[in-house]
Amino acid sequence: MYRYSEFDEAFVRSRVAQFRAQVARRIDGSLTEDEFKPLRLMNGLYLQLHAYMLRVAIPYGTLNSAQMRQLAMIAERWDKGYGHFTTRQNIQFNWPALRDVPDMLDALADVGMHAIQTSGNTIRNVTADHFAGAAEDEVMDPRPVAELIRQWSTDHPEFQFLPRKFKVAVTGSPMDRAVTAAHDIGLRLVAKEGGIGAKVLVGGGLGRTPMIGKVLKSFVPLPDLLPYLEAVVAVYNLLGRRDNKYKARIKITVHETGIEEIRRLVEEEFAARKPLFKGADEGLLSEITAQFAAPAFDAEGPGDYETWRQADPVFRAFTDTNVAAHRHPDYAILTVSLKAHGATPGDATSEQMRVLAELAERYAHDELRISHEQNVILPHLPKRHLKAVHEALAAAGLATANVGLASDIIACPGMDYCALATARSIPVAQELATRFEAMKIEHEIGPLKIKISGCINACGHHHVGHIGILGLDRAGVESYQITLGGDGGPDAVIGERTGPGFAYDQIVPAIERILLAYLDLREGPGESFLDAYRRLGMAPFKAALYEDGEARADAA
Amino acid sequence: MPRPFSPKVLTANALLEGDVVYLAADGHWTRHHAEAELIEDEATAELRLLDAEARGHEVVGAYLADALRGPRGPEPVHFREAFRTRGPSNYRHGKQEHA
Ligand code: HEM
Ligand code: SF4
Repeated sequence: MYRYSEFDEAFVRSRVAQFRAQVARRIDGSLTEDEFKPLRLMNGLYLQLHAYMLRVAIPYGTLNSAQMRQLAMIAERWDKGYGHFTTRQNIQFNWPALRDVPDMLDALADVGMHAIQTSGNTIRNVTADHFAGAAEDEVMDPRPVAELIRQWSTDHPEFQFLPRKFKVAVTGSPMDRAVTAAHDIGLRLVAKEGGIGAKVLVGGGLGRTPMIGKVLKSFVPLPDLLPYLEAVVAVYNLLGRRDNKYKARIKITVHETGIEEIRRLVEEEFAARKPLFKGADEGLLSEITAQFAAPAFDAEGPGDYETWRQADPVFRAFTDTNVAAHRHPDYAILTVSLKAHGATPGDATSEQMRVLAELAERYAHDELRISHEQNVILPHLPKRHLKAVHEALAAAGLATANVGLASDIIACPGMDYCALATARSIPVAQELATRFEAMKIEHEIGPLKIKISGCINACGHHHVGHIGILGLDRAGVESYQITLGGDGGPDAVIGERTGPGFAYDQIVPAIERILLAYLDLREGPGESFLDAYRRLGMAPFKAALYEDGEARADAA
Repeated sequence: MPRPFSPKVLTANALLEGDVVYLAADGHWTRHHAEAELIEDEATAELRLLDAEARGHEVVGAYLADALRGPRGPEPVHFREAFRTRGPSNYRHGKQEHA
């Protein structure tokens, strides 16, 4: 696993010491809020609706047991005994007091973690597939490439004042679990004639103007990757609009300039920059790759895994939904759902975090991952331990067998926490999951992604939900707009709006009508909701949704 | 004719805890909406806002929010302000914890 270098350690410690002094100066009145705000945001400290919130980065979503235990301790000592895992592979503490934050940051630094948000209009935290290094379908572990980009872009003098923030995601799998098409640059690693390279997508993004990234180049060999990326960012740096913050992201640049012209300009830049790289980047990549080496997989075999599956229907259902294929035949990738029916998506108590840490340490090579779908993963779990792990998870309320199903809902914090929200999202997720459980229909429905955002910023990825829900404020009342057919996978699509929105107490029945219509309309259990929608289009779902129309839909 | 002024309360977040606070008529910060001063004219509202901005060592992000006269004191108008009087809806945390 990647470990911080001494340089990183010293840097993080000095940032904490600086911030401790800044907090003291804010409290004694020598700093105003205008002076303090940018300083606290740089350290991950936000002021939300009811309290401060500390956001802690989990690079590539990777944690070891000591780090997870420390998060549990921090939640207990300085917060309310739980943490919230987000769609950006962060953990958020929702109730810190200002005075305690420097101590929390010191406790994080003790385990090599920090809350430094690479904020501003720079290249942000690079994200990667949460199954990286474990997935059976992977061409290459994407994390070394992501880390290479992080090191190249950190403090890159040319790119400190881009027109707007710039996000990069990397996947090494054709399944694209990193939503690469919704990033400023998305990289999909592919193999070709013995060499590995990246398919480069550009101009994706969600928020107020959602767009799917376009293919800029179908294959860039790894040795050319950094000069190529530098060329893309240089072209954007020059062309990107600085006159209007809502038109400043590269998606708008690509949209306004045209992908062909961007491609031509990038090729020109690339030709000029490539000779300057001289291969130092390639040496660095092999060094980083060594740090991300897979654990030594044991050779004990799968044990009685199949026998247990046959004997115990609860265990079988759990492994059917929550286990994904590992590259080693006797191993499993286990997703632990943080979506118990009726609970807050992404929340884990300190006790649950300790159980997860314990299981990772004891059975699974001491590694944990956080997914953008707000679940926790044991990426390297020998199948022979699955039964014991399942029992321990069940005792901790963590054995919900719903990964990838209707109640595995992504929800942003919404108006229960977020100061920018226009409506709540968490209770909508809670009520939907509770309803699905009462109806006992989610296994019949099969794969389904429901995603909810509490405002147009789209932190809950609603545009790429098979069913997306966007909470808005319509004349002082919460109103929920539905989109259908979105997809965040390899063939990403932005969902389409159904029509008028629904009031808070009407949104659960509305979603229920869509799902019942799907069960009626599908060709059989093999046709997923998304497939059925693609075959049938909006019309039959709209009819089900707005049957006896006006009574149900608000007029917004 | 001047535009009718809709009554307001002055609200902010406390510097140390981040908790929602309201300005009371005697100038102290209260944690309870019903104890806030109901401000019924624009000139006073502007004055209170200036005052609050000068008290940046006590509170953060002061603003005026619409409110109505109720039997037990001012009541919030918008749902966002109603949530701010209680706390989140997924746990009994925040103000409702002690209510
Ligand atoms: C203090 C709370 C938060 C604030 C102030 C905030 C602010 C924003 C803003 C302003 C945008 C729009 C950026 C743009 O379009 O240029 C955005 C986008 C986004 N945020 Fe947040 N956010 C918050 C919490 C979260 C949380 C909790 C998550 C993860 C659960 C998250 C994940 C995202 C994602 C995935 C996007 C869209 C991706 C993109 O196109 O950039 N945010 N956020
Ligand atoms: S989508 Fe809006 S409400 Fe939800 S977390 Fe993002 S900014 Fe807040």
